[in-house]
Amino acid sequence: MFDKTSQMALDAATSGAAGKLRTEARSRARSKARGLLAVLWAHRFSYLFIAPFMLSFTAFILIPVLAAVGLSFTYFNAIQPPRFIGWQNYQYLLSQDLLFLKYALPNTFQFALLVGPCGYAAAFLLAWLISQLPGTLRRWFALAMYTPSLTAGIAMSIVWLPMLTGDRIGYLNSLLLQLGLIDVPKLWVTDKDYLMNSMIVVTLWSSMGVGFLAMLAGILNVNKELYEAGKLDGIGSRLQEIWYITIPSMKPQMLFGAVMAIVSTFKAGAIGVELSGTNPTPEYAGHLIINHIDDYGFIRFEMGYAAAISVFLLILMYLSNKLSWGLFGSREDE
Amino acid sequence: MKRNGFTPGLQNVWKQAKRLARENRLDGFQKALTLLMLLLAAFMLLPIVYIVGHAFKPYHELFVYPPNFFVREPTLQNFTELFLVAANSTVPMSRYLFNSAIITIAGVAGVTIVSAMCAYPISKLKFPGHKQVFALVLLTLMFAPEVMQIPRYLVVSRLGIMNTYWAHILPLLAMPVGVFLLKQFIDQLPNDLLEAARMDGAGELVVFLRVVIPVCMPAVATVAILTFQNAWGNVETSSLFMQDDDMKNFPFFLTTLTSNQANLVARQGAAAAAALIMFVPNLVIFLFLQGKVIATMAHSGIK
Repeated sequence: MFDKTSQMALDAATSGAAGKLRTEARSRARSKARGLLAVLWAHRFSYLFIAPFMLSFTAFILIPVLAAVGLSFTYFNAIQPPRFIGWQNYQYLLSQDLLFLKYALPNTFQFALLVGPCGYAAAFLLAWLISQLPGTLRRWFALAMYTPSLTAGIAMSIVWLPMLTGDRIGYLNSLLLQLGLIDVPKLWVTDKDYLMNSMIVVTLWSSMGVGFLAMLAGILNVNKELYEAGKLDGIGSRLQEIWYITIPSMKPQMLFGAVMAIVSTFKAGAIGVELSGTNPTPEYAGHLIINHIDDYGFIRFEMGYAAAISVFLLILMYLSNKLSWGLFGSREDE
Repeated sequence: MKRNGFTPGLQNVWKQAKRLARENRLDGFQKALTLLMLLLAAFMLLPIVYIVGHAFKPYHELFVYPPNFFVREPTLQNFTELFLVAANSTVPMSRYLFNSAIITIAGVAGVTIVSAMCAYPISKLKFPGHKQVFALVLLTLMFAPEVMQIPRYLVVSRLGIMNTYWAHILPLLAMPVGVFLLKQFIDQLPNDLLEAARMDGAGELVVFLRVVIPVCMPAVATVAILTFQNAWGNVETSSLFMQDDDMKNFPFFLTTLTSNQANLVARQGAAAAAALIMFVPNLVIFLFLQGKVIATMAHSGIK
């Protein structure tokens, strides 16, 4: 009897303690949740403000990107439903796809390493030169430099194709022949030795895009008093001004320009096909990763494989982005 | 009055040019620079010269190879041809232009507002998760758009906005470049400036509208230029998301001019004229907004 009651009392006590513990944990969790909610509520203005963008971003970019990443693990020919095949696409890409390993990858690296940094430097240099001129001239020169981006492709082939034509009539060939620099007309866009160089030159010509506009605005944005203060501190030449005042005060724009340079060079692809007029380019001389994606996605209809290449390209860009962030980003941005 | 042999109108222009030259007096460095830049600019501007000249070329000049940049015997026949084609099409050309105008105006207004609203909290308010949001926006910038087309089509059809103006406009709103650019410019604003405004009793909305936006006008104008180009030249939404012809836009109409033709000669004149009509708004908007960028820098006292 006694045993039983004591046992019951003990039970009650332990269960009470456990219950107490449980309620304590629950209340702690609840207060934590409440704390989180309070934090979120305190920042409600921010969330409200980012909501419109985030909604359309999620619907039209994030979900499609995630879906594409998902597709990269499937075999999908755009007609039948996708079939899950695991890492096979990636394995094939990195071990057996000769066109990719032998042409697309090295070509892309060569192209990006030349066009990216050179285009970036040229954009900054031209933006700075324009900023040194008075206002009325600025507007017109800015227009001139941005023209290739504004006329987007239509006129590019019109300017460059006649210039680079492989016969004696081509502007460049006839000029070089007249000057006696070459004896035979060169096949600028159909010879595999020249195609890549032609692509690089034409892309550099048209590389004054949004990065250039941002840098121009950034340079004009620099506080004029800084230059006067710099002069008092003994800055003499314009080069010193650029290095010690202009670039540090427009770091955000420099960073934007760098990211845009990386993105646009890695995403370039149509240029080789446009110039040479053949797809694929002669002996794959101008075959870039984007061409490879187009090839598999829209000619062979292997969307799953094309998605896998896109993911690979994304990783490539992400890594080069990290590199430039390390070079230009301030600690706060990391 | 006739001293220089100019008509009075031209004389006014001349006077104005002289006044401008006096106001913007150039030093030696600037003179050399101007000359150098003029050479470069002439080369870069070739496409514009070409587009304008091409629209006025008669047929026997359109196909000369290598092409002439300047038109030799200008004619308006390309424009008459374009209007004849348009008059015979089932949907009047004005409808395509109207669609394009609506999409472009809504797109530019929408993108600049939505991007600025998103960029300000990410840059200055540091709400929990702002780093993740920004990282996500940046990362998607790098994804090749080609393979997103099919999933995007599915999203649009699931949302039930096929064949409406929403399907033209909503996908435009998601422009990561705009958010990125504006965020970088807002980063540059000194925090003291925002604090000062808050001390004066301004709420976040007022700070955003009265301080952040005016000071970042150059970036807003740049985003507007970019969006205008995107929206005005956008063929993708018309060809993928619109079934009815009268919901498609002007650039789509242009692509139909020369495609599906028995040969490559027919309607090239109309296409050349249409290319000019397509290009001129781009040019005007760029010059207008770029002028704003430069004017704002000159007049804002905060820099």
